[in-house]
Formats: sequence, C-alpha cells, structure tokens
Amino acid sequence: MRVGVGGPVGSGKTALVAALCRELAGRLNIGVVTNDIYTTEDADFLRKQGILDNERISAVQTGCCPHTAIRDDISENLEAVEELETRLAPLDLVLLESGGDNLTATFSHGLVDRQIFVLDVSGGDKVPRKGGPSVTSADLLVINKVDLAPLVGADLEVMRRDSVAQRGDRAMIFCSLRESDGAGEISAWILSELNAWAKTNPTRG
Amino acid sequence: MNLLLLADGRFPAGGHAHSGGVETAVATGAVTGIGSLEEFLLGRLATTGLVSAGLAAAACTLRHPWAALDAEADARTPSPALREVSRRQGRQLLRTARALWPGSVLEGLAVSNPSPHHPVALGAASEAAGLEPLEAARAAVFNAVTGPASAAVRLLGIDPVSVHRLLAKMGPDMDDAAHLGARASDGPPAELPCPGSVLLDLFAQQHAESEMRLFAS
Repeated sequence: MRVGVGGPVGSGKTALVAALCRELAGRLNIGVVTNDIYTTEDADFLRKQGILDNERISAVQTGCCPHTAIRDDISENLEAVEELETRLAPLDLVLLESGGDNLTATFSHGLVDRQIFVLDVSGGDKVPRKGGPSVTSADLLVINKVDLAPLVGADLEVMRRDSVAQRGDRAMIFCSLRESDGAGEISAWILSELNAWAKTNPTRG
Repeated sequence: MNLLLLADGRFPAGGHAHSGGVETAVATGAVTGIGSLEEFLLGRLATTGLVSAGLAAAACTLRHPWAALDAEADARTPSPALREVSRRQGRQLLRTARALWPGSVLEGLAVSNPSPHHPVALGAASEAAGLEPLEAARAAVFNAVTGPASAAVRLLGIDPVSVHRLLAKMGPDMDDAAHLGARASDGPPAELPCPGSVLLDLFAQQHAESEMRLFAS
C-alpha cells in the first residue's frame, strides 16, 4: 500500500514518517520516497535513530514544483516507488512524503492508495476552516504539536469543529509527535487501512 | 493536435523536473539573467536541440532499427549522467505514450529497449500519434529549449514574459534546427547531426554529484 504524507513546511511530515517507521518497521517491510529537499543530513537523521537504512529511502527532485510531482506529473515518483518495490520486494508499505506545501496539494490517485495531511497547531487554529483540497479530501487529517496549543493560543476544539465541518466523518487524529508514542494512533490507523486495502488488492504487495 | 499534446509542458512524462543544465549554470554563475539565459539557450539549441531533432525524426521514420538509433544516441551523449537522464526520461515518455497511443510501434520499442533514449522515444511516440518526422523534430527542439527556459524562471525569478519573448524570438532558429534534423533522418543514422557541448556534459556530471538539487538534471 502506498501512503502519501503531505503538509506545510515544519508541520511534522518527516517526524511522522520517522515515527511510523520506528513503530512499524518490526512488523512491516517499509520504503520511503521523499519529495522534500533531501540532504545527507535528513538521511543521517533517519539512519542515526536506527529508523531506516539509506537504501530504503529514495529522494525525488521536483524541479521547484512539489505539487506537480505528486499530482499532475507523477512520473518521477512512480519510478522511485517501483524501483523501491522491485529492489526491496515484497514491500508492505511505501510512505511518500511530499515537499513542504500549502493547502491545495493533494496526491494523485495514480500514485497513492491513501493520503495523510499533517497540520500543526502553531500554524494557527483557523487553518482547518480554510479547507482546500488537502484538508477536505485527505483520508486522515493529523493535527500535530497539540502540546503547544496553550502557548500559541490555539483552540483545539475550534480546530476539531472546523475539520469536521470540512471533512465530515473522515478520520482525524490530534497528536504530539515529540512524545514517545505520539504516533501510536496513526500507526493503528495505517495498519487498519492496510488490512482493508489488502483485501481489495490481493495482487500488489 | 497530438503535436501540441506531446510538446506541452504539462505532458505527464517527467519533463517538468529537469532543468537541462540550467540548475548548475545558475549555481556556477554562468546564467544570471535574461542575457546569459539567451546565450545558454542558443547553445543548447545548437547542440542538444539539433542532436535530439535528428534522432527523433529518424525514429519517427521507422526506417532504422531501434538498436542502431540507440547506439547513435549513446555516441552523441558522452556524459554518463546525461545518458542515464535521457534513458530515464525516455522510459517515462514511453510509459505515458503507450497508454495514449497503444500499438505495434511503441510495443516494439518497449520490447527492444524498455529504457530508450528520450529523443528516440519521442520520435516513436510521434509516429504512433500519427505525426511526421519534421513534427517529431519540432517537438524535440521545443522540448530542448523550453524546459531549461522554464527552469530558469523558477530558479532565478526572471520575468516570465521576458523569457517567453526570448522564446518567440528564437522561433525561426528552432524551426531551422528542426528542419536540419528532419532532413538528415532518411540517411544513415551515423550521419545524423552530432554537435556536442562540453560544458553541458560537465554541468550534468557536476549536477549528478551535488547534494542540493531541486531538479533531477
């Protein structure tokens, strides 16, 4: 199953990918494609924490247009995913991290099976109200850094209410990825989606 | 209409992520604004553009074995990084084109080489789309020039209108290159145009090794 992880700069996409790898690597065979400006520093970050070997991470250059690379012209991302899937077969889960982006970025259905959009409370509690395709259509909305809410004057209840108004009953998780099991609920969501997905896609690993 | 589709920057075959050497040219200070961009694009047109035009037109004639064109493309691409980029883009173009214009031409190419050089894939796709060799050459030239031009807009923040004015001014030069390429496409593949650019080759090698990359090439 291929899962897109999108969200603005600094909202916690890489932290989420790292946390998911840490929690799920023992149970699932995982690969990661990143569309972010990827330096050896980022690779070191993931490797140092023993989260993921470098060979499991593939970096895609987006030509300054991260939206395009995950939505309008997914060629480079498809190549990267298929290359990982071939080299590390059988992969259970590929996480595709988008470049830092705004509220209109969504992943193409030709590229991912599920998508997660990550916001954080310090970006302002009015963000979910703005809607935009990312907030309204992501399969899971993650609102990160809830520990900062009192410090930045963010009202979580407002964020919850606005998100529900925009998204109906689509999944939403409040979390703080800095906590030791901050991504526990999100891992559980992935496992349950993986289960559902495997039933309808018996052929692709 | 298919020529417009193929040449469109929105054609989903990975082209948007390539700068055609502009990213390194900007990083090294070789291209800093509209004046140096014009020199860069004219150089690219006269080398990569013309070589691509010949190969694309030759592929579109269906008169030459795929392996022969592949060898000629290799011979005209001394930089290992550029060879890899060309095959990668060719693979992506072939994938998209097979979905648009399925048939024996593109299936044959895919069997012969699943990762053809980009101009060869472009020529084959043009034929499958019902286009003539000259049109394939036009698409190749247009691609070779407009890709780097839009990369420069993104990297330097140059006024996009002034960049497009430059492209419009280069129209006749682009047409000439397309005609030159198409004219050679009936002859032996070894005699297709072969001007090279050492600087573009060096830029490509440098780019492949640089850590901070926004473009795939």
